[in-house]
Amino acid sequence: MALLEVQGIVSGYGGMEILHGVSLKVEPGQIVTIIGPNGAGKSTLLKTIFGLLAVKSGRVTFNGTDITGWSPDRIVRLGMCFVPQTENVFPSLTVQENFEMGAFIRTDDYRARMEEVFTLFPDLKARRHVKAGALSGGQRQMVAIGRALMLDPKLLLLDEPSAGLAPKMVELVFERIKEINKTGVAIVMVEQNAREALKFSDWGYVLVSGENRFEDTGPALLQNEEIGRLYLGG
Amino acid sequence: MELMRLIVAVTFGVLGGWLFSFFGRSVPTRLGSAIVGALLMGVTMGFAPREWMAYLLTPTITACMYAILTLGLNIQWGLTGLFNIGVAAFFAVGAFTSALITKPMPTGLAAEYIKQLFGLNLPFLAGALGAAAICAVIALPIGLLTLRLREDYLAIATIGIAESLKLVFQNERWLANGPQPLPGIPKPLICLVDDPPCAWLPGFVKELLAPLDSRDYSAILLVLLVLSLMGIFWLLQRVTQSPWGRVLRAIREDEGAAAMCGKNVFAFKLQAFVLGACVMGVGGALFTASVSTIDFGLFHPMNYTFMIWVMLMAGGSGNHKGAVFGAFAIWAIWTGTTFLSDALVPFQFKTQVFYVRYLLVGVLLIAILLFRPQGILPEEKGQS
Amino acid sequence: MLELTVYGIIYGSIIALGAIGLTLIYGILRFANFAHGDLMSVGAYIALFLIQVLFPLLGVPQERLSGTSFGWPLILAMPLSALVTALLAIALDQMFYRPLRARRASPVIIAMASLGAAFIVRNLIYIIWGPDKINYFPGLYRPAWQLPFDVRIRPDELIIVVLALSLVALVYLFLQKTKLGKAMRATADNPDLARVTGINTEQVRLWTWGIGAGLAAIAGIMYGVNAQLYPEMGWSFLLPLFAATVLGTVGNPYGALVGGLVIGVVQRVSTVWLNPAYQPAVAFLILIVVLLVRPQGIFGGRS
Repeated sequence: MALLEVQGIVSGYGGMEILHGVSLKVEPGQIVTIIGPNGAGKSTLLKTIFGLLAVKSGRVTFNGTDITGWSPDRIVRLGMCFVPQTENVFPSLTVQENFEMGAFIRTDDYRARMEEVFTLFPDLKARRHVKAGALSGGQRQMVAIGRALMLDPKLLLLDEPSAGLAPKMVELVFERIKEINKTGVAIVMVEQNAREALKFSDWGYVLVSGENRFEDTGPALLQNEEIGRLYLGG
Repeated sequence: MELMRLIVAVTFGVLGGWLFSFFGRSVPTRLGSAIVGALLMGVTMGFAPREWMAYLLTPTITACMYAILTLGLNIQWGLTGLFNIGVAAFFAVGAFTSALITKPMPTGLAAEYIKQLFGLNLPFLAGALGAAAICAVIALPIGLLTLRLREDYLAIATIGIAESLKLVFQNERWLANGPQPLPGIPKPLICLVDDPPCAWLPGFVKELLAPLDSRDYSAILLVLLVLSLMGIFWLLQRVTQSPWGRVLRAIREDEGAAAMCGKNVFAFKLQAFVLGACVMGVGGALFTASVSTIDFGLFHPMNYTFMIWVMLMAGGSGNHKGAVFGAFAIWAIWTGTTFLSDALVPFQFKTQVFYVRYLLVGVLLIAILLFRPQGILPEEKGQS
Repeated sequence: MLELTVYGIIYGSIIALGAIGLTLIYGILRFANFAHGDLMSVGAYIALFLIQVLFPLLGVPQERLSGTSFGWPLILAMPLSALVTALLAIALDQMFYRPLRARRASPVIIAMASLGAAFIVRNLIYIIWGPDKINYFPGLYRPAWQLPFDVRIRPDELIIVVLALSLVALVYLFLQKTKLGKAMRATADNPDLARVTGINTEQVRLWTWGIGAGLAAIAGIMYGVNAQLYPEMGWSFLLPLFAATVLGTVGNPYGALVGGLVIGVVQRVSTVWLNPAYQPAVAFLILIVVLLVRPQGIFGGRS
């Protein structure tokens, strides 16, 4: 059974329809990358899956449960977390407090989990009492991902985790994502650094004008000449 | 028919026709509505008993003044989205400015107990223009300071200026006799009903007006207020439908987009804020026409800020017709309930009932926000 | 001058209690609550009802600590009134503000609704208690203590300052140490992210109202103990409250404390040169200076 299954989703902002029937499938433990030109509706797709935008038609199933039209706070409880592209940390809270907020809905003792997350992000461990707003862009991205990991999710939605980062940091963030994936967390991400991201993706989708255009394994998409020319910049 | 009644009936007819013409979607229905309104109000005043006329005159004059204040607020809030909670202060400043410009400096014994900064003894028109000018002078720095910042800072600053101006007027005797009332404000055009009448009138007008005596002054006042209201309405309607007005609405709908179109959002907001304040100032000047004495206690925010907001929101912010209609409708309800409570409520509960009615005004404001934010006469979209 | 500074600190700690609630509501619910002053009045008048009507009926002992008006009636009235005021604020939120939030109404519209709520609340006070000024304990003689440097202070005032500062410390601990407090700070930072994270933001909003209104009620009672009760008392506090909030950076409760004390002291000390009637205008003047020089407040980063 697929972990996440999206069937013919139609959605958008207010009266403006952006997705015209998009489908997507994620198996447990996979990394799935969504690429496509600007305005294709990649972020809209993530927001719709996570219940931040209303589904006009279509179905979202997560782990066997139909979550179409659910609100984010209910979806979170099933083990799906979302990391927005920008403003994804609480700047006036410390790193540790950001992680605690990630565990807000947990009623059990989450301290052990927090240490696990800190071992994934060693550079944050030394800065655990620093306000997130005072960190560099790359570190903030780690805090955002770490916060989402606090719930021990089965699936992580990442909206352009490498946006605005220096090339060196991009590499580091991707390394971390691979490590997180090795712990059994499935990942769906939208990426501008499509070439790099597809290299380690189990499956990739090409979204154009709110519709599915191509899908294949990451390496296969990379070798496809047409995709290379049109969507990966030559 | 006696002259006074004729003037009142015709003015009411014009006013009624105008107000009723706001309703109806097409030109014929508007015209029909206007004729009904004109006949209804004109004929009522033409044949009503004399006491009724007195009962209806004063509230109508007051309603016109309220409508002018509401129009001023409509420029700021309705068109531009500026949250001004200091309407009463601009109204008061307008009233005091006009009073000082039109009344003479007290002399002799009066000078002992009436202190004022100046007394120019000029005609009413100068008073009204001066009121607008001083309100602009006060509005300008507030706008300059707050309109670049987050939008609710303007609201806080307008509360601040309103409270501070109140303190100044109540404590500085030399300015306008505060905390004592400022008496002896001349009535505009009173010479029309004087004997002998104004020297500047042509002979035939003098003869025409000869039957009026000073008891008929309220008819003159009515004509003055109705004409001022219609004039200001016409002017603002022109302004609103100009390219300038369209930019204001664009700013209200989407400030970012307006800025991207190369519009200097800040300058436009500032102009709208100042223009609205000027209109409120003129409203204050017209207020002095109906009273001969003012003191700052009259300009309580309950009556001249909250009430104006409720009028605008009820009528339909963004639409000048809605603003005028809201002022008349709310004022009619307010006066009607005053009348009812005077007649029905036992003496010992009078004060409570007074506050119950204010409380209901608060309830009304929230009910409008919750259930009909567009008001009775919503803004006509895409009509400019 | 020193004496005026002391009075300024007393008055400033009352402003601070009100401003902390105002700034929390401003930061978390994202609108300027123009009814906040009137919540102070409500708290003060509910305490009046408890002290003058309910407690005598229940036979609460009336003895006071020597030289103060603090006895069982006032000590009991404070938390009770804070609780009732908190519930009232939550009820107002559910009735008026929540539907507007659900409709994604702009902050200015919600602020306008708060103006309507202020109007309703104030006129309720007028209806029930009338327009006259009232004392909690009419005719009670409370002598002042003579402190060094010619400072005279009444025991009541000392208790007010100590109580206000302890409450501020409690709020500080709550925000720093408890999960709910941290969730409140997180929601103030970024409400959308808080929701995405799974924080129950509606619950956070209810607690914000509860805490903000409770503090306002206690501030109102303190003002009543220190001066007198009248229906417009809250409205007249609005300007100092907002000045303290903006000075201390909107959304920052520690800033509101500092802002409140600064406004209080400057207002009182200004009476050396100015007619004391102008004190609210002094708060306005400070507000203007802040908006001119540093609109994001003393604790704000780049805005």
